[in-house]
Amino acid sequence: MSQPYNHTKATLALAKASFRSITRSPSAVIFTLAFPLIFIIVFGFIGGGGIKLDVAVAPGSDLNNPVINALEKTSVIRLTKNDTQENIDKSLEKGAYDALISVEKNPNGLPAYFTNVKYTSASLTNGNVLRSVLNDIAHQLNTVNQKPAVTEIRATTVTGRLHRTIDFILPGQLGFSLLSTGVFGTAFIFFALRQNLVIKRFFATPVRRSSIVLGEAIARIGFALLGALFIILIGHFCFNFTLINGALTVLNMLVLATIGVIVFMGFGFVVSGLAKSESTIPPISNIITLPQFLLSGTFFSINAFPAWLQPISRALPLTYLNDAMRKVAFEGANLWDVKQQILIMLLWGIGIYAVAVKTFKWE
Amino acid sequence: MTDRKAIISVSNLVKHYDDFKAVQGLSFEVYENEIFGLLGPNGAGKTTTLEIIETLRSKTSGEVTVDGLNIDTNASAIKQIIGVQLQAAGYYPNLNLVELLELFAGLYGANISPMEMLAKVNLQEKAKAKYKELSGGQKQRFSIATTLINSPKIIFLDEPTTGLDPQARRNLWDLISEIRNSGTTVVLTTHYMDEAEQLCDRVAFVEAGKIIALDTPDKLIDNLIASGFERKKEVKAANLEDVFISLTGKEWRE
Repeated sequence: MSQPYNHTKATLALAKASFRSITRSPSAVIFTLAFPLIFIIVFGFIGGGGIKLDVAVAPGSDLNNPVINALEKTSVIRLTKNDTQENIDKSLEKGAYDALISVEKNPNGLPAYFTNVKYTSASLTNGNVLRSVLNDIAHQLNTVNQKPAVTEIRATTVTGRLHRTIDFILPGQLGFSLLSTGVFGTAFIFFALRQNLVIKRFFATPVRRSSIVLGEAIARIGFALLGALFIILIGHFCFNFTLINGALTVLNMLVLATIGVIVFMGFGFVVSGLAKSESTIPPISNIITLPQFLLSGTFFSINAFPAWLQPISRALPLTYLNDAMRKVAFEGANLWDVKQQILIMLLWGIGIYAVAVKTFKWE
Repeated sequence: MTDRKAIISVSNLVKHYDDFKAVQGLSFEVYENEIFGLLGPNGAGKTTTLEIIETLRSKTSGEVTVDGLNIDTNASAIKQIIGVQLQAAGYYPNLNLVELLELFAGLYGANISPMEMLAKVNLQEKAKAKYKELSGGQKQRFSIATTLINSPKIIFLDEPTTGLDPQARRNLWDLISEIRNSGTTVVLTTHYMDEAEQLCDRVAFVEAGKIIALDTPDKLIDNLIASGFERKKEVKAANLEDVFISLTGKEWRE
């Protein structure tokens, strides 16, 4: 009784209790780990293929000629030689085939072969690629044993860093995971603690309010960082996610994750204060998380959005977290290089905590 | 009785919620090492009074001291010497009883063994259970265990036996008596007069925010009889609860 009351001990006891509780909560584990991992696995396997052109060879076409042989050696082209005319026509209309090709021998001498190509408006982009592939092949075949009169193009390719789909998707999923943990987790736990008078019972002990918030924050940040580390390591070792500077990159990403989850927890505090009942928490939380999930460059680069939408994207905090994560992971930027992104997140943090202080309810 | 030392003293306590006058000038003292009951209908102001003494609620006016400490200036010192069981309070989700007791030990800054605390309320075999998996009587006993963590001088129990079956209720009376016998003062509220009569050393009747009677149960009953009161029906040597207990057995099942 005589020993002085220890606030640190109280805070850590709360952090420990909260961490245990989070790890046993199915929704926390699903949102923080399962969802992001499923997306990463799906995109991890889809990614890296590049484009393929599906070209049907018309029935009755000559098959043994230099044009078909050259097309067969071209890796972006997938030739189908034994389809029926009826099927080919249908597939062309749907865009399942990008083009129909037929080659016939010229009975009158030169040129030796006519190559007829039928494109489809259902697949114009791929058609254009095919057009240039064919022009290239035609040029090479026509100039065999001839010295070029004007110029010969000598192309080489610089060996660059391979930017895989995972390098784009993983930071986005990581950001989404932090957003869900911060918003949903915080909103639910503080609402539940208030509703079930758990906080009131805490107030009957000598614990400070700041210890309750701090203990909860330590647990949630700890859990979010473990989740982030897990996602990064799975991405790196299973799907070749690029970590330019290895462990240092991971460390920088975890610092960004901490900033992110602290900002997102602010939204959670606001939601827990606004919610009138437990069932209103998911809709209010979704109003905050869903637009960011879709517009913050989680799946697509925001450059792909229409011009009027981009300013909205550029106003959201998750955009800057995703952006900073990608720069750090793929370009090897350090935290100072992404100071602008961090600054905008911090501004969001200041704003949202100012609102949280007004809306948060203890009882 | 008069020379007993007051551990809680409340004088002219008033609490208004906007227009509603929940407590209107309550004065009473709780003596050291007694079981003190606050009785009265719902809405009489029992819980409000309790929560003001527990420093959980602000008062409008009046003086309250707990073990010589003023609730206005020494709230956190008071919290360290009292144990509080709230009506219908829940506990941190997803934790088992041992983990909850560890949490409260941290909140009180107390070094306790969770299993010893559970043994005090006879819940050792439920150590790994979650709070919501417990029966009504077990929940109340666990709540009481959390009030004992800081070896408090006073514990407050708000309707500890509401909703319990007769066996669980009697079991809880035994537990509360043991706590008093080990030197802790107990303040409780109840709606059950038989409970107050058997358990409480002194009771106060609260009605519409005022105390309308305060004495030992015996004295209050004698006073009523002396005023000429007679029960309409002749009192038998046993009541229906005695029948219930004798038919279903005294030992406690859950």
